[in-house]
Amino acid sequence: MKSDYDIIVVGAGPAGSMAARFAAEKGVSVLMLEKDRDVGYPVRCGEAVSKAGVSEFIEPDEKWISSHINNFALISPDGTEATIEFGDAGYVLERRIFDYELAKTAAKAGAEILTRAYVNGLLFENGVVSGVKYEYRGEQKQLSAKIVIAADGVESRVGRWAGLRTFTDFREMECCVQITASNINVEKNTLYFYFGQNVAPGGYFWIFPKSNNAANIGLGVSGMVGKKKSALSFLNNFMSNNFPDSPILTSIAGGVPSSITLEKISGPGIMLVGDAARQVNPLSGGGIASGMIGGSIAGRIAGEAILRNNLSHILSYDKEWHNRLGKRHEIFERIKNGIYNFSDDKFNKIAQSFNSIPKDKRTLGRLFTTALLNQPSLLVDIAKVFII
Amino acid sequence: MYRQAKTGKLLIEILPNKCDFCGCCVGVCPEDAIELKEAEIYIIDERCTNCSKCIWSCPIEVIKFNKEGVLSKSLA
Repeated sequence: MKSDYDIIVVGAGPAGSMAARFAAEKGVSVLMLEKDRDVGYPVRCGEAVSKAGVSEFIEPDEKWISSHINNFALISPDGTEATIEFGDAGYVLERRIFDYELAKTAAKAGAEILTRAYVNGLLFENGVVSGVKYEYRGEQKQLSAKIVIAADGVESRVGRWAGLRTFTDFREMECCVQITASNINVEKNTLYFYFGQNVAPGGYFWIFPKSNNAANIGLGVSGMVGKKKSALSFLNNFMSNNFPDSPILTSIAGGVPSSITLEKISGPGIMLVGDAARQVNPLSGGGIASGMIGGSIAGRIAGEAILRNNLSHILSYDKEWHNRLGKRHEIFERIKNGIYNFSDDKFNKIAQSFNSIPKDKRTLGRLFTTALLNQPSLLVDIAKVFII
Repeated sequence: MYRQAKTGKLLIEILPNKCDFCGCCVGVCPEDAIELKEAEIYIIDERCTNCSKCIWSCPIEVIKFNKEGVLSKSLA
């Protein structure tokens, strides 16, 4: 291990690994630090991802695919199930293996990796970020770097130490709990989404099937809802009503910063990626694919900046991210605000009218069209999604 | 209404044996007042303003308001 690097990445999730990999591919020196003992563990995620989202970065491999998805089922408060078939749409992952494999691709590209390294401060030189302070096995240490890439997740603090405004408004934080339960009899190829005031007000409740009859079951509610009733009590209600005696294999909590991307995701010597930058699809709460895209852009630009000996090049990252996905997320955010404010009655009506469409003609577009009849003001935003 | 001076009485308590270390509270804290390591969490009382946003965002109800005041581990 060296004492200074061109680039230090903080956090070894999907976004951090892609940042490390794409930077290392430029031939510059890269170190990725992870606070936990293991890359990929603990998992804090529903683990569903679109096929297109991952295959851009890694060859699909059965060892990290828990199930193949080609159906979405949206369940309205009165139990009406609206099902949409897709082709080969996506996967439910084994994140602990998936993250591990992604980190290996970074290592293969030449990045160094160190786990159990908890970053607790930044170094500055003339007001510019110039390295990190970290704790490693009880010892306080430091390392210099020309660029620090913060991929430290929903609990990100690195960005704020660098002077960027990064904390999430509690109303935009989707506070989630999830269990992986066994003996859950649902269709293996279907993601189930439940809506309504009783299951997950202002968010959704999910059942994502995994191999061997297990499933990830969880929900997210905003901090605004959490003020009155926690995500955990919603989950406990659902489980005692629907699967009272299922064996529970894992039980986790987590947060999704369900907002648009931060206004600034780069600054002198610093770049933010993944959840730390709020690169999350605000409609679905999905952040794996968009975090990897953000990480890959940041890593490449950081590598280029080092090679060109022009560190201000990293400031072009904001714009490139915005054009690639950021502006799309802004539209999703407006759609989310429309949809998640629907009353139970409106969800029921949408599901019923959607089901009157012949099965082979039910598409996500049709679903939105149906939703539109109930909320015409969403039209403009939805039109934009299909245009961009 | 609960806000007090930053060095004043800390009224928020993270129940350490029940925490899942998920980071929701850290993400919403406007004051950067929560330290979260792999499996260790505490409130930095020199920064906390008792604003309670961490309590509302905790998915598993392990952050509590304690009007009696709590002892905290603070910055060294």
